[in-house]
Amino acid sequence: MDLIWDGLRQSFWLLVRGDARVYEIMLRSLLASGAATLLALLIGVPAGTFLALRRFPGRALVLSAVHSGMGLPPVVVGLVLSVLFWRTGPLGDLGLLYTVRAIVIAQTVIATPIVTGFTVAGIQALDPRLRLQILALGASRLQLLWLLLKEARLPLMAAVIAAFGAVISEVGAAIQVGSIIRGETELLTTATVLATQRGDFGLAFALSVILLALVFCVNAVFTLIQQRGPRP
Amino acid sequence: MTARLTATGLRVVRSGRTVLEVDRLEVHEGEVLGIIGPNGAGKSTLLQALALLERPASGEIAFEGAPVRGRELAYRRRMAVVFQDPLLLDGGVEHNVTLGLRLRGVPAKERRARARRWLERFGVAGLAGRHVRALSGGEAQRVSLARAFALEPEVLFLDEPFSSLDAPTREALLSDLDGVLRETRTATVFVTHDRDEALRLSDRVAVLMAGRVRQVGPAWEVFAAPADGEVAAFVGVETVVPGRVAGVSDGLARVAVGEGITVWAPAPPVPAAEVLVCLRPENVAIAPAGEPAEAGSVRNRLPGTVVRVVPAGFQARVELDCGFRLSALITGQSLRELALRPGDRVTAAFKATAVHLIPHAR
Repeated sequence: MDLIWDGLRQSFWLLVRGDARVYEIMLRSLLASGAATLLALLIGVPAGTFLALRRFPGRALVLSAVHSGMGLPPVVVGLVLSVLFWRTGPLGDLGLLYTVRAIVIAQTVIATPIVTGFTVAGIQALDPRLRLQILALGASRLQLLWLLLKEARLPLMAAVIAAFGAVISEVGAAIQVGSIIRGETELLTTATVLATQRGDFGLAFALSVILLALVFCVNAVFTLIQQRGPRP
Repeated sequence: MTARLTATGLRVVRSGRTVLEVDRLEVHEGEVLGIIGPNGAGKSTLLQALALLERPASGEIAFEGAPVRGRELAYRRRMAVVFQDPLLLDGGVEHNVTLGLRLRGVPAKERRARARRWLERFGVAGLAGRHVRALSGGEAQRVSLARAFALEPEVLFLDEPFSSLDAPTREALLSDLDGVLRETRTATVFVTHDRDEALRLSDRVAVLMAGRVRQVGPAWEVFAAPADGEVAAFVGVETVVPGRVAGVSDGLARVAVGEGITVWAPAPPVPAAEVLVCLRPENVAIAPAGEPAEAGSVRNRLPGTVVRVVPAGFQARVELDCGFRLSALITGQSLRELALRPGDRVTAAFKATAVHLIPHAR
């Protein structure tokens, strides 16, 4: 029991005193996962919209791939990207291995199918005649897409929540492509893994508490945005 | 009459099948053009093609004589469409009514003024601040109509706008819309499968069957003088029998129908020997055999036997065998007074002018 109490007490003081290392790790995690989620939105929303509205040969195959991608094992992503970024690998010259940028890329790869899948589902759930009505109101192609995405904003917010949740809590790929370099690539998850292995339970608890609080706060904000307006 | 919208050689293909083929159709300035036809005839497809929502495989649509091709968005912004379902977007009523104007870049003040004016005109000004999810079906359709009229369209399209409403709501809305259309004289294309709605709102009617326009003309004419047997059956002329014109005198034709039965009718505009004899059931009166059915100018009196009596709301449809099948629509009261039963001998009476002859080449 002492071990737990000591750990909790230590973590309390780390958080209250504003330990520089703890906050640096938190900020890095937030920025990396935030950037990855944003990139995933930039790729996944247009891709999902296209998949939802267009019919083309092989569409079912692409959709199946997207849906499989929603459950993509992070370690597989980590492995493939590690090989690509390896010093002697095809993208070795870019010097990305063991950097935060590599972590952002890995997390983007993990989050993009999630955003794409949610976008397809969200837009396909809309009444197909709504497209005709919006066009009939005088919408241009771009205005139509914008209004459809606005109509699908609930599932889109769900996409943000799911994508951010997946990448901020991910460990495998981050260690593989980013390693756990103190002051450079440590994240809340990877630093917790390391601290636990070393028996530094105070730091591990502190990082975990922050991780939980962060996930809760970010989700709370998006949920509030999602649930605005009267419901039936 | 100038044409606001003209479709020429219009052909729409879906999954390799031609679903619509219209040689020529015009929507005139200030008129309501009803498009009627059975389910699956291609009415909505025609509306969507005319409203520039569906690109035809071939053919041309011209707005006031100018082809729209390549400038669809600009012309679509001079039109408005109301569908069967209100299809409101998530948000408030005012947000919906002003949306089309916002897409056109109309200033906010003007948008609000127009929204208020048209919500008021359709009796739903009090709902401006409501969320669309809090509306009843009738209210939502009124908002949808206000949204279309707020655009002040040069051509308005209505695609069965009343068919998902209950009868009293539908009646109230029909009467409001009728008033607004008479007042604004907006050129309107009105798609419906309901013959009564079509007769009530339309100046002209086009009958669409299997993707082709079978007849276009003034509403009364289409209903009173259907171009062929199928149109006749659809517009509610339940008795359609082949006959042979035996002679014409004083504008009246003597038509032989079946074995030794003669029907008097106005002579067809083009001389024809073989004709279809069309008779609406409302125009047939029934009397017990031997009694005079109606005093005065009733030229046609045919003895017959009751085959079937089908009550239909406040009325009853009586099918008679007069040597050919003849259908009559009588009031519930007449039905009770006559106490008709299958097998009863009766006399069917109808004026010569109630009969319409369609030249019919076999």
